[in-house]
Order: sequence, then structure tokens, then C-alpha cells
Amino acid sequence: MSNIRIRANARDGVTTVRAIMNHEMETGQRKDKDTGEPIPAHFIQEVTAKWNDEVVMTGLWSSGVSKNPYLSFMFNGGEKGDTVEITWVDNKGESETGTAEIS
Amino acid sequence: MIDAKRRTLLKGSLGVSAIGVAVSAGLLMPGAVLANWPKAAFEATDTDAALSELLGSDAIKNSDLVKIKAPDIAENGAVVPVTVESDAPGAQSISIIAAGNNTPLIASFDLGADAVPFVSTRIKMAETADVIAVVRTEDGILRAAQEVKVTIGGCGG
Repeated sequence: MSNIRIRANARDGVTTVRAIMNHEMETGQRKDKDTGEPIPAHFIQEVTAKWNDEVVMTGLWSSGVSKNPYLSFMFNGGEKGDTVEITWVDNKGESETGTAEIS
Repeated sequence: MIDAKRRTLLKGSLGVSAIGVAVSAGLLMPGAVLANWPKAAFEATDTDAALSELLGSDAIKNSDLVKIKAPDIAENGAVVPVTVESDAPGAQSISIIAAGNNTPLIASFDLGADAVPFVSTRIKMAETADVIAVVRTEDGILRAAQEVKVTIGGCGG
């Protein structure tokens, strides 16, 4: 099961992708309200977007990207049925991959 | 009796060291995987330092070829939508900065050969400040800025 929701639409030779990832994007600057302990940083550092086997975009992120990150991007090309794949890796080495067919 | 205690103690310390090994192995992994993550740029505490660490250059020109779309007023600094586009030929990367944050560099996107120079995301802003978009092109580094007024900051807690 992937926690990345992806929509990809091709129109006039350009594909537009919209994605939402489930992630805390914890900055490391907040404190636990009950214990007063700092909450450790936990955030996505790298996002890779592929159209079939081609990398179209690589995002390098800080914890300044909002919780449950939204990302939209576009690329030239793409046809109905092609695959768009998004993979993220966070600062703890955890990773998720999601795919969608272009419609 | 004494023997039994010693045994428990030994067992306990063995267990702890095993966890220690596992943790350090886990901590080493992200660094190995994400060799490209520009730590110094992301940890820089002012915009100029972040950009010069990220791009390896201070030669940045204001340009109409970089277009930034963000709200004039953001009620919730935790979720500020930002869209950056560029008409500049040969765009190679798009970076987003919130100048008022402790660490201003939010994100940087490397564009593949077929990417359209367009990216839209949502960022956290600590206070009212400029959102700065920087686009590296084959002819130089271009930037545009827009002030966003933040009613409630979205970084601390």
C-alpha cells in the first residue's frame, strides 16, 4: 500500500501531475506539549518523479515543506496509459513509492 | 543469588549494545542514500548563505522571467501555497525560499530534460516575509520575490 496519491493528466502534449504524500514533516523545533521534550526532526529529504523510466524532476526538501506535502509539476510528453512514479526518502531512511497511469 | 543477578546484568548490557549497533547502522543509512542532499544550504540561517551554498554562486539577478504565485496574506503560516514558473530558456532548477524562517531554504527542484519549469507546493512560514523563487538557467541565476503577510506562524509550537 502506498501513501502517495497521484493524478496525472496529459493535454496538448504536456502532462500535469498532482500528488499528495502522507508525512509528518516534523521540523525538530517543536516540543511535546505534555513532556516538554523536543520532537525529533522527521521530514522528506528527496522526492524523485519518473515518467516511465525517465526522471523528470528531483526535489530536495527541508522540513519547511508543509505537513502531508502537496506537489504539482509538469513535463513535455506523456500519453494515456504511461506510468508516473513518485518516490520519497526521509531523513530516517524511510521510503515510499506511488504510481499512477496518465489519463 | 548473586550469580543470578550477574546473569541478568550481563544479559541486559548485551541487549543495550545490540540496540546501539542497530541505531547507528540506521543513522548511517540516510547519509549514504542521500549523498546529494545539500546539508549546508538547508542549515544556513540566512538567505544569501543558503543560496551561495546551494548554487555555488552569488551572481543572482532579479528577473521578470521568474513568476511566483503566493497569497498576499496567509492566515495559517503552516500551509502557504506557492507556485513558481519560468519563461527563461534552459531552466535547470527551481528553488523556493522563505526569507523569514530560521533556515530559509525550503526546497530545490532539479529539472530533467523534459520537465516544464513549473512547480507548485505548500510551505511553512514563521513570519511575514518575502518568498523568493530562484531559477538556475543556462545563462545565469534569476530570482523573483513576493511578500506574504503571515497572521499565525507555522514553524514553532
